[in-house]
Amino acid sequence: MSTMLGYIKAESPIHHLTGATKLICLLLYSVAVMLTYDTRVLLGLLIFGLACFKASKIPFKDVAFVVYFILAFLMLNNIAIFIFSPYEGCAIYGQKTVLFHLIGPYSVTLEQLFYMLNVTLKYFAVIPIALLFILATHPSEFAASLNRIGVSYRLSYSVAIALRYIPDIQRDYQEISFAQQARGLDLSKNEKPLKRIKNMSSILLPLVFTSLERIETISRAMELRSFGMEKKRTWYSAKSFKMQDYLAIGFMLLLVVLSLCVMKINGGRFYNPFI
Amino acid sequence: MRQPVIQFTNFSYQYRVQSEPTLKNINLTIYEGEKVLIVGPSGSGKSTLAHTLNGLIPFNTEGKISGSLKINGKETKSLSIFEISQMVGTVLQDPDGQFIGLTVAEDIAFSLENRCVSQAEMHKRVWDTSKLVEIHEHLNMAPQALSGGQKQRTSLGGVMVDDVDILLFDEPLASLDPATGQLAIELIDQLNQETKKTIIIVEHRLEDVLHAPIDRIIVMNKGEILADCTPNELLQTSLLTETGIREPLYITALKYAGCELKELNHLDVLDELDVTPYKEKLEAFLVNSSTLKESSEAEVLLEFDHLCFSYDQTRPLLQDINFKVRKGDMLSIVGRNGTGKSTLSKLICGFYKPTNGRILLHGKDTLKLSIKERSNAIGMVMQNPNQMLSKPMIYDEVALALRLKGLPEDEVKQRVYETLKVCGLYPMRNWPISALSYGQKKRVSIAAILVANPEILILDEPTAGQDFKHYTELMEFLKSLNEQGITIIMITHDMHLMLEYTSRSIVVAHGKLLADSTPVKVLSNPYLVEQASLKETSLYTLAMKANLKSAEALTESFIHHDRRRRESCQPC
Repeated sequence: MSTMLGYIKAESPIHHLTGATKLICLLLYSVAVMLTYDTRVLLGLLIFGLACFKASKIPFKDVAFVVYFILAFLMLNNIAIFIFSPYEGCAIYGQKTVLFHLIGPYSVTLEQLFYMLNVTLKYFAVIPIALLFILATHPSEFAASLNRIGVSYRLSYSVAIALRYIPDIQRDYQEISFAQQARGLDLSKNEKPLKRIKNMSSILLPLVFTSLERIETISRAMELRSFGMEKKRTWYSAKSFKMQDYLAIGFMLLLVVLSLCVMKINGGRFYNPFI
Repeated sequence: MRQPVIQFTNFSYQYRVQSEPTLKNINLTIYEGEKVLIVGPSGSGKSTLAHTLNGLIPFNTEGKISGSLKINGKETKSLSIFEISQMVGTVLQDPDGQFIGLTVAEDIAFSLENRCVSQAEMHKRVWDTSKLVEIHEHLNMAPQALSGGQKQRTSLGGVMVDDVDILLFDEPLASLDPATGQLAIELIDQLNQETKKTIIIVEHRLEDVLHAPIDRIIVMNKGEILADCTPNELLQTSLLTETGIREPLYITALKYAGCELKELNHLDVLDELDVTPYKEKLEAFLVNSSTLKESSEAEVLLEFDHLCFSYDQTRPLLQDINFKVRKGDMLSIVGRNGTGKSTLSKLICGFYKPTNGRILLHGKDTLKLSIKERSNAIGMVMQNPNQMLSKPMIYDEVALALRLKGLPEDEVKQRVYETLKVCGLYPMRNWPISALSYGQKKRVSIAAILVANPEILILDEPTAGQDFKHYTELMEFLKSLNEQGITIIMITHDMHLMLEYTSRSIVVAHGKLLADSTPVKVLSNPYLVEQASLKETSLYTLAMKANLKSAEALTESFIHHDRRRRESCQPC
């Protein structure tokens, strides 16, 4: 479980890019995707994203669980959109083609379906690239790449340390939960839900204290080894930018420009096939 | 003329939250290239002294300083913690807690990164340092995946990379098993000889540190320096015993046997000590008959029957474990770190289910029993009390188990008070837990388990991180519980504990049960000692050197004598 969203080692062009490049690419790509609701562009971006994922040689089965998890959420998201704003699509595309009546004020319209398809496509297009940043960036490069794009190194390092401590805290949680159960605390399904939540809270206090202990030790260790001495710091595992990095970033910039151009041509963010 | 690198002059320090100074008028000079050991019981101020040396005091902890401390001739008050850390490198107690980098290389590089050293130079310096501490073959591994000894090398590398002049070790042995501790001490010694760096070790496990030669020992107690002399001079006196620090076992044995140590040289290095004049006295000291009861006939409480366990069905962690625990036993489970000792206790409590085989409680298979049902008979005390204590007040903590059982509050009160009295915590019954010391918290965690009246008490490393005084107090307390009929199982790698307080030792290594025997026999068997990552005791070495007929007899006589002495001064 702990490696669910961890670094997956492979030899691929994507892995050879620096962490900073991957982060910048992810940001640019997200901008390109978020700008447009044009189905054609989104489809193109989705294919591009899937191609990148394929090129990274990361086996799909390693991330299958996460992908299904995201899909489930997307499903929920779509349902929520429909409940709260069932005619959003009609407002956007300027007409209303009712397919069938559902219940009360709710009817399924062609325009709404098309709008929701576009929203879903947007997410689909971002998922592969976002996953790539997480899965193909060595954890050691995480902090370095955040720092590279201008995040202060103290903050970058906090993020990296937090990530590194997740397994330790999981282990603490398990040990504490064992200790409390051995004292007769029932955390199994035999106990009533409300009581169970109350019992869970007996794990929380020791967990907070052991975590504070850990934080104190690590912050002392860091201070004794000069963390925070200079305004900047260097990174042992940072990779330097190569031709491929500039090319990748250049290409992503191009995608943003393309997205902007399509907006200009469509006269808005939406592509309207209903006219 | 030797160059002084550290000079304390009339130095005192008082924590902001304390009413008394923790360090009182310290005068101490340490010279270039020296290897100095600072010993003292908990609360003696030895850690505080260490913190003044690496700059945590005053830069991390608030307090009041008077007098002067100069490192390399510079007054530390006028420096910053970063400037001090360029001169003094600190290796902290628990290697796991201080790893910052995700790989060995990054961890070693950490302070260079912070000093903005260029990447090319950093790679070179990390490589050179890792070769020096011999960890260069593991540079890309995660520090957490290393063995205990390799971890120690990595944290040492992270300090050495700075080219500091002084290396400070803050209780380096606390979390290591005896064999790994021995390796750590050898490594420190090797560095001292090869690099001529000044070495300061703060530790209360004197005998283990003396495994390699030490130039000078500073004895601290109550914030003052009691002695500043060579190990040989110190061991001739009785100062250690008086301040509550454990002497090396062979020294105590020689003293018990009535040997005069005043004239001797090399007392600190058993290998070079000439013991031939004492052969007669030592032989006279031996108890003639073995007083050991081999097997007791008491009722079997707990039985492991062909137990196998694996987390993932593929790699077996425990294989075919068979042993019995009888009512009234006080036994130790020993073995290398990560060989499944702790897993055994988790199987007993029901956190994991055996893959094969059975655990019997009162002759009945426990497979169907839930954790809660088992907790009526079995109490489990974790190593770290902070993982157990979940209430702000002592009383509520101890009452927790009874309240969970739904007992009426007046019965709860009566039983909690009784337990607190047994544990010597009654006067503190209304204290908040946060006001307690580590040793007191440990006691509360035991009380919280005892209150439920378990038949079996399992303790994971009960004495870890405690000095001799607290060790003795806690163990005597457990012994008295045992005498009242509670069966006690301790998971440990403290050899003193197993020798002095347990009648049986179960040795687990590489997933198998290697021995179920008396601690004396286990510790006199070189194969078992090696497998369980223990080390032979100095009593064994002494017996060999003095050519005694039996090493076991010396150990037994020693324990016998030791116990009599302790019982004769028991009233306190």
